[in-house]
Amino acid sequence: MDNKLIVTAAPHITSADSTQKIMGRVCLALCPTLIASVIIFGFNALILTAVTVAACVFFEWAYCKLMKREIPVADLSAVVTGLLLAFNMPAALPWWMAVVGAFIAIVIIKQLFGGLGYNFANPAIVGRIALAVGFGAKMSAFPLPETVDALASATPLAVSGNLGAGEYVTLLLGNHGGVLGETCAITILIGGCYLIATKVISPVIPVTYLATVAVLSVCFGMDPVVQLLSGGLMLGAFFMATDYVTSPTTDKGKLVAGIFLGVVTMLIRRFGNMNEGVSFAILLMNLITPYIEVNTRQDKLGIAKKKKEGAK
Amino acid sequence: MPLPSRIVLSMGQHIGAPAAPAVAKGDQVFVGTVVGKAGGFVSSDIHSGVSGTVDGITTITAPNGAVQTAVVIIPDGKQTVDPAITPPAVTDLKSFQDAVRASGLVGLGGAGFPTAVKLSPKNLDEIDVLLINGAECEPYITSDNRCFLEDTQYILDGIQAVMKYLEIPKCIIGIEGNKPEAIAKMRSVASAGIEVKELPCRYPQGAEKVLIENCTGREVPFPGLPSDVGVVVMNVTSVAFVGKYLATGMPLTTKRLTVDGDVIKEPKNVEVVIGTPVQELMDFCGGFTEEPGKVLYGGPMMGNCIADLSQPILKNNNAVLAFSKKMAQQPKATNCIHCGRCTNACPLGLSAKEIVQAYNDGNVELLIELNADLCMSCGTCSFVCPAKRPLAPSIALAKIMMKNGGKK
Repeated sequence: MDNKLIVTAAPHITSADSTQKIMGRVCLALCPTLIASVIIFGFNALILTAVTVAACVFFEWAYCKLMKREIPVADLSAVVTGLLLAFNMPAALPWWMAVVGAFIAIVIIKQLFGGLGYNFANPAIVGRIALAVGFGAKMSAFPLPETVDALASATPLAVSGNLGAGEYVTLLLGNHGGVLGETCAITILIGGCYLIATKVISPVIPVTYLATVAVLSVCFGMDPVVQLLSGGLMLGAFFMATDYVTSPTTDKGKLVAGIFLGVVTMLIRRFGNMNEGVSFAILLMNLITPYIEVNTRQDKLGIAKKKKEGAK
Repeated sequence: MPLPSRIVLSMGQHIGAPAAPAVAKGDQVFVGTVVGKAGGFVSSDIHSGVSGTVDGITTITAPNGAVQTAVVIIPDGKQTVDPAITPPAVTDLKSFQDAVRASGLVGLGGAGFPTAVKLSPKNLDEIDVLLINGAECEPYITSDNRCFLEDTQYILDGIQAVMKYLEIPKCIIGIEGNKPEAIAKMRSVASAGIEVKELPCRYPQGAEKVLIENCTGREVPFPGLPSDVGVVVMNVTSVAFVGKYLATGMPLTTKRLTVDGDVIKEPKNVEVVIGTPVQELMDFCGGFTEEPGKVLYGGPMMGNCIADLSQPILKNNNAVLAFSKKMAQQPKATNCIHCGRCTNACPLGLSAKEIVQAYNDGNVELLIELNADLCMSCGTCSFVCPAKRPLAPSIALAKIMMKNGGKK
C-alpha cells in the first residue's frame, strides 16, 4: 500500500512545553542573580560560575558516554545544577573544589541513581553540603565586608560603607558577605516571580516556607526581616526547594513541605551552631518527600466523597 | 455534500451488542430502511441513509482492531424515502422510549451509548436535572456549535420532550464560553425550566463527570452513573436529533461533523450520510494539501487513528481530522522530571505518574489504591507532560492489567 497512515494511541497532540524549555527558563531566572554576584563579588564570581557549570555539563556528558547512555546534556538540567551549585560557593573558593562539588552533584547524586528524575536529593544541595563538610574553612570563608570593600575597589561599582546586619536595604541589594547567589534578595525575587509567572514553579513552597520562617522568627524573638533576607533562604526557597524531582507534586504536599522546611530551618538557626540551616532543611525535605507524596494525594472525583460517607 | 458512490454501514457503531444485518445482497433499500437489527437491550438499529441496492455483507476492521460485519449499499441517486417513515405517535414515557429506540439514536457526543437505554434509568423518579452537553468535547471540533446555531428549534423540542416524558423539572445547557453566538441564541429561546450555563473553555469540559460537577456541583460516585446523582446527560446533537425525529420520523442516517487538520484544504463542518467512506469526505473538502501522516476519527485528544481512508463514517463520529507527517510524529519521551503537571492537570484528581510507575512495577494493589480504573483516557496528562511521556496509553494498559488481575 502506498498511502500508509501512522497509527498511534491518543492523544495526538502535546503541549509546546518541554523539559528543555523549563530548564532554560530556570537558567534565565538565575541570570539577574548571576549579574548581581558579579557586581558584588567581582569578576571572579563569573569565572567560578563558568567553571562549575562547565564541570557539571562535562561530568554529565562523560558519565553517559562512559555508560553508553544517551547524552542528556541538551535538556539543560546539568546547567541548572551547575548554576545553583556555584551560587552556593563563596567567590574565593579554589576552582578545583568547585569541580569536586560538581562531580559529587552530577555523578554521585544524579547519574549513579539513574540520571534526571531519579535522584533522591537535590544534586546542588548535596554538592554544597559535601563541600561545606569537606572543605569547611574555605566554604565558610565568606568575603566579609572588608573583603567586599577590597573587591569593590577593584570593580567600578562603589559599595556603600558599613554593612550592619540590621540594614534591610543592604540585605535586599546583597552587598554583604556570603556565597555568590545568596546575598542579593532582590534579584532572586525577580527570578522567582518570573518562574511563578511562567508557571515553571508553583508559589506554594516558597510562600509557605518564607511565611513559616517569618512566623517562627517572631516566636523565637528574632528579627523576621533579617531572617528572611539573610543566608541561603531566598535562593533555597525559590530555586532549590522547588526542584521538581525532589519535592512533592500536589499543592497539599507542597504546603506540608514548605512548613517543614520553615520549621527545620528555624530550629537549626535558633538552636544549632552551624550556618547551613537552609541546606539541611532542604536535604531533609528531599528525604521525606516520598512519604509526603503518598500521604497528600489529591481528592479524586467521586471517590473522596464515597470514603467520607463510608466513615460515617 | 453529493451522495457517496457507496456507503458501508458497520453493525457496531455503538456501545453494546452489535446489530445483526436485516438485509441480504441484492435487496432494495430506501432512505431510513432498517438494515441492521439491534442485537439486545444495550444495542441499536442501523438505518440506510440512501436509497439503492445492497451490494453485499462484508467485514471491516475497526480502528480498535475489532472485526465487524458491515452492509455495503450502492446508492441509486433517487433518495427515495422508505414509505414506512412517519412521525412516531408519542403519548407517554413508554412510547417515547420506544420511539427513541426505533430511531437508532446513540450518544452523538462520541461515546455512542444507545440513547434509549440512557433514557430508561432505574431510578427515574429521582432524576431532577437534564444536562445538555454543549461543551464541544475536544479541540478542533466545532460541530456542536453549528448544531446550536442551525438546529435551535429541534434542540428546544427535544429538550421539552425529554423533560415532559421523563418528568424532569429542570434542564441545564452547558456551553463553553468560546461560543458566544450559541450561548446568546439559546438564551433567547430558552423556555421555563431551561437554564443556559456558560462554562470556562477548558478541556475536558465536555467529559460527563466534569460537566456534571461544573454545572450542578454534584459528584458522580465511582463506580456509578450520572443517574445516581439525579442527572441525565445528553449531547446537544443527540437531543436535537430527538426533536427532529419526533417531528419527521426519519431515523439517524446522517451526521454533522467537523473536517479539519493542517493538511485539509477546505476545513468545514459537513452533514454526511453515515457510512460514507472517509476518502470521499476528504475529496469533498478539497482533498489534502500534502500527503497526510495521520487521519483520526474524533478529536486530537481521544480520537482513534484510522489505518486507511476506505473506513466509513460512523454514527458517533463528530470529526475527521487529518494531520501532516510532521504533526503526526510523536515526540521522543525523556525521563520523568516529577514536575507533577500530569497530577495537577488531571480532571479527576488521579496521579498519572504514580499509576504509570505502579503499572511498570506490576503493582496491582497500588493501582487499586490509586483508582487507576477511574481514568477516562482524556489524554490531558500526556498533553501537559514536558518530558512527552505517553502517560494516557500507559494508564489504559494499567486498567487492562487491573481487570486481568496483574497480567500485562
